[in-house]
Amino acid sequence: MPSDVEEWKEELYGTDIRAEMERFAEEGWEAIPDDEHDAWFERFKWYGLYHQRAGQESYFMMRIGPPGGVLEPGQFRRIVEIADEYSRGPTDNPVFGNGWLDVTTRQAIQLHWIRIEDVPDIWDELEEVGLSTVQACGDSWRNIVGCPVAGKDKHEHVDADWLATELHDTYKENEAHSNLPRKWKVSVTGCDEGCGQGDINDLAFEPAEKEVDGETVTGYNVRVGGGLSRNEPRFARDIDVFATPERAVDVAGGISALFRDNGDRDNRYNARIKFLVDEWGPEKLRETLQEEYVDFELHTAGEDLRDSYSYNAGEADGKHDHVGVHEQVDGDYYVGLNVLVGRIGVDEGYELADAAEEHGSGEVRLTQRQNIIFTDVPEENLEDLRSEPVLEHYSPDPHPLQRGSIACTGTEFCSLSIVETKNRQVRYARWLVDNVELPEGVEDFHIHLSGCTASCAQPQIADVSLRGMKTRKDGEPVEALDIGLGGGLGEDPQFASWVGERVPADEVPGAIANLLENFAAARNDESQSFREFVADRDDDELAELIEPEETDYEDPFMHNTKRTWYPYAEDDDMDASPAPAKADGTPLPSDD
Amino acid sequence: MAIALRTLDDGAWISVNDSRQVSVSDVWTLSRGVFCECEPAYVLLEGFFGTGVDGSVVVADAVGQCLECGTRDSIDRLPVGRIVDGEFKPYGPEGIQSTVDPGAGAVRQT
Repeated sequence: MPSDVEEWKEELYGTDIRAEMERFAEEGWEAIPDDEHDAWFERFKWYGLYHQRAGQESYFMMRIGPPGGVLEPGQFRRIVEIADEYSRGPTDNPVFGNGWLDVTTRQAIQLHWIRIEDVPDIWDELEEVGLSTVQACGDSWRNIVGCPVAGKDKHEHVDADWLATELHDTYKENEAHSNLPRKWKVSVTGCDEGCGQGDINDLAFEPAEKEVDGETVTGYNVRVGGGLSRNEPRFARDIDVFATPERAVDVAGGISALFRDNGDRDNRYNARIKFLVDEWGPEKLRETLQEEYVDFELHTAGEDLRDSYSYNAGEADGKHDHVGVHEQVDGDYYVGLNVLVGRIGVDEGYELADAAEEHGSGEVRLTQRQNIIFTDVPEENLEDLRSEPVLEHYSPDPHPLQRGSIACTGTEFCSLSIVETKNRQVRYARWLVDNVELPEGVEDFHIHLSGCTASCAQPQIADVSLRGMKTRKDGEPVEALDIGLGGGLGEDPQFASWVGERVPADEVPGAIANLLENFAAARNDESQSFREFVADRDDDELAELIEPEETDYEDPFMHNTKRTWYPYAEDDDMDASPAPAKADGTPLPSDD
Repeated sequence: MAIALRTLDDGAWISVNDSRQVSVSDVWTLSRGVFCECEPAYVLLEGFFGTGVDGSVVVADAVGQCLECGTRDSIDRLPVGRIVDGEFKPYGPEGIQSTVDPGAGAVRQT
């Protein structure tokens, strides 16, 4: 039997939603019928609007998805302006203040505390500069991710930016592909470093070449069915298809249509294409694609570049991210800046926009490691850019333990999360920088904190994976984390092994410190990377290396932060929530 | 009076009459044998995958993990609240619970 969500989508979905949202905006929050909240909030997702969690009714998260994370000159500033005007909450966050934007692991931007009444004005302001919230959430083509320096990179094999943009233009607001059984995540990698993270996407295009009619042709190999969520992580499977960039658009449409017609619409927990690939196998998927969804002969896979992938590959050397100063193919430079947990305050956002325009082209790109990149910086501007005060915090040369930190949204706003994440990860990173000596030669060390098994912070592909849990300590339930080790991408991607379970959150920094100390003492030599070290040991040995313990690290979020209306409010009790509220913030009575 | 019951947002909530009433991430206290052999078992609910009613009792199907022994499993028909005069009254997760056997009625021990 189709789920409620399928029935709501059948009734109204896709671009038809917009007029209804504009009507609600005109009439106000209270115009959304109480007994239709679930249906409307599900539909709003298609336009990038996600109702915040209980205690924050009438406030929304808004997601803006630029393909490949490319924000053209002027677009980043516009998002900062929108955050400044519309993304203000009833109270401050103690670390980030009030008014910020979040860079996500899918090269999008998220804004919080958005009101439905403001949405049409925000859309106008976004569309004026060529941005959109369309299909940023919901059951359809999500933001297309890829090499964040596509078109600029010396390591580029094929122009990922062209394909990402073409896919975006073809399949966004495309009625035939607007209602899929579940979310649809697509990645385009064009470089020989593998930075598109294709292995963890539903559909991945990876650089390859193939001899066709006696000529060597550049294009993509195709993989299908990757994803990390719900304790069911999968790497995308090779379906033995090569496509030229032009044909890749048709192949993507064919696989999307195959998913539309064959994905499980009865059970949302079994709906992602990774489960269809499990059931069918890559061979049947390829056969069905060939017979029913494309009208040309598919090529078998070409020669890929996976053996040169260095991005998050866990080697002691190699490029693991895009932070730092790197020469572009045209002789200018791109400068990757570290954004701790992806959050940028609006005041600093303006300063960053100024710096990008003054020293580069004004283009700002978003990475899948929640960082930002300024492109097109002439060599003679590098020194002035480096001396900008805002780069002290958003540094091109950060401490490795800050550089490697990623965190999802967490219980601050998210319905699914079990624990607080962003503020905690900032506290972790600061404590670790002050208290831990990195083993010799370790310049990259990835610590990803995800609040639950949805895995938005991609914990399974980190050196140290942290995932929200609970435990009991001194007789009381407290926030805790599972600890995994040794995950990463590269030629042979590897999911982390979960070797530490239910570690109280205040003992995690001590555990990481002890782990690094034990790693330094027990590694073969200084050339052995952490991932290699983990791969050489079984889970029992690894579990003994963690040694959780209390330290002078203090964690103010040990209580059940989900049971608060906002974890940092002076009176955080649910009953003290000012939500739902009118557009001006005046609380409305509600039993929701 | 018809009650609209469903799981929402990838199993983050049980929604009752379009109001988000029961959240994942709470620790529920369950009597021995319901989930594992711990007495009592403190079980973190990580996601709901179904919901229904048994008389006036709202029950949920969920996946969870015992905080003591680490058992990770699914649990069917866990009572999470009651419908009284058309309104949902949630049970506290701290009260010791058993599941509902079909036809046997809800068992809530405290």
